[in-house]
Amino acid sequence: MIRPIAANPQKAAQKEGIIASMKFAVVVNEGPYQHQAADTAFNFSRAVLERGHQIDRVFFYHDGVNAATRLAVPPQDDRDITRKWSQLADEHGLDLVVCVAAAQRRGIIDADERRRHGKDADNIAPGFRISGLGQLIETAIDADRVVVFGD
Amino acid sequence: MSTGGSSSEQNSKRFLCVNRRAPHGTIYALESLEVVLAATAFEQRVTVLFLDDGVFQLVKNQNTDALGVKNFSPTYKALEMYEVERVVVERESLDRRGISEDDLIIPVDVLAEDEISELFESHDILLNF
Amino acid sequence: MALLHTVNKSPFERNALDSCLRHARKGSAILFIEDGVYALVQGAEYTDKVEQAASRFSLYALEPDLDARGIPPERLIDGVQLVDYHGFVELAVSHDRVQSWL
Repeated sequence: MIRPIAANPQKAAQKEGIIASMKFAVVVNEGPYQHQAADTAFNFSRAVLERGHQIDRVFFYHDGVNAATRLAVPPQDDRDITRKWSQLADEHGLDLVVCVAAAQRRGIIDADERRRHGKDADNIAPGFRISGLGQLIETAIDADRVVVFGD
Repeated sequence: MSTGGSSSEQNSKRFLCVNRRAPHGTIYALESLEVVLAATAFEQRVTVLFLDDGVFQLVKNQNTDALGVKNFSPTYKALEMYEVERVVVERESLDRRGISEDDLIIPVDVLAEDEISELFESHDILLNF
Repeated sequence: MALLHTVNKSPFERNALDSCLRHARKGSAILFIEDGVYALVQGAEYTDKVEQAASRFSLYALEPDLDARGIPPERLIDGVQLVDYHGFVELAVSHDRVQSWL
């Protein structure tokens, strides 16, 4: 049984006398390419925005922090997950937060962390910022819906 | 940079942290514990649920010396001190794995399958790792 | 109170589906995504179990994940509604919470 998919879902939603716009917290627990969760999270987030809802924050945890490296060079004929997130964040003013503890374990570093830990480089991609687990707790509290993508 | 402290005092929500994986084979057990501690630090009402292989996280006498990895199991003893509201283990998950409450490192609430179902409805925020 | 449950792993690989079915309450929705969609194929070991589930829960499949895996709709058990990512969002909106069985 197939459910009809509206050609212009946002217009359809508006016609239906809309559901009030909801705030989503998206949690990404797996890294790009290794697990599909990384793509599902992105595709879901983009659909949230296309439907006129908001994303309060995208929080990257466990290997999810690996989405935030700007040093990845994926094959040209395939998607660049990091770049997709950076672009979506730029277009919609998204807050992409990478957990500091998980990032430290996995080598995702910004300029502050580089200085703080005496590293010879930093690698964080545009649009992402490193912060604490409090940001996960806060967005879970503030959002209407929390959706976790993992493996 | 926002620390998020101000909103948490007005809004205390019920978090259910769902653990379904064994310790050490993957990092989920350790890093989910860090989330639990963060939630309590932000004065949220936290229930930690151990389900399926998650019950193995609480087994006593874990010794990781020969692995050369950190043994974080003593941290479970701190859950009470951090004011986690409830630590719940599923009866069926224990039974299927041949372990009992006596094998566990801390006292827990043992609930049946249908009582566990209720937890998903009675908590505002469901976190899975 | 109606939950949206998601299952993203094949039942042949993980017990996520088993655990979901044991704990989901009648009337909730289950959305199969990623490798989870394999549970919905007819004529397999899990078919009976999932067909029974169809009488207690509303079952959905993320169509892009079926397409990616070469599973045409006619190979699925009866009673599964297909959604795209927009449909996934709307399921999350129209249910009280999302429980991700990983």
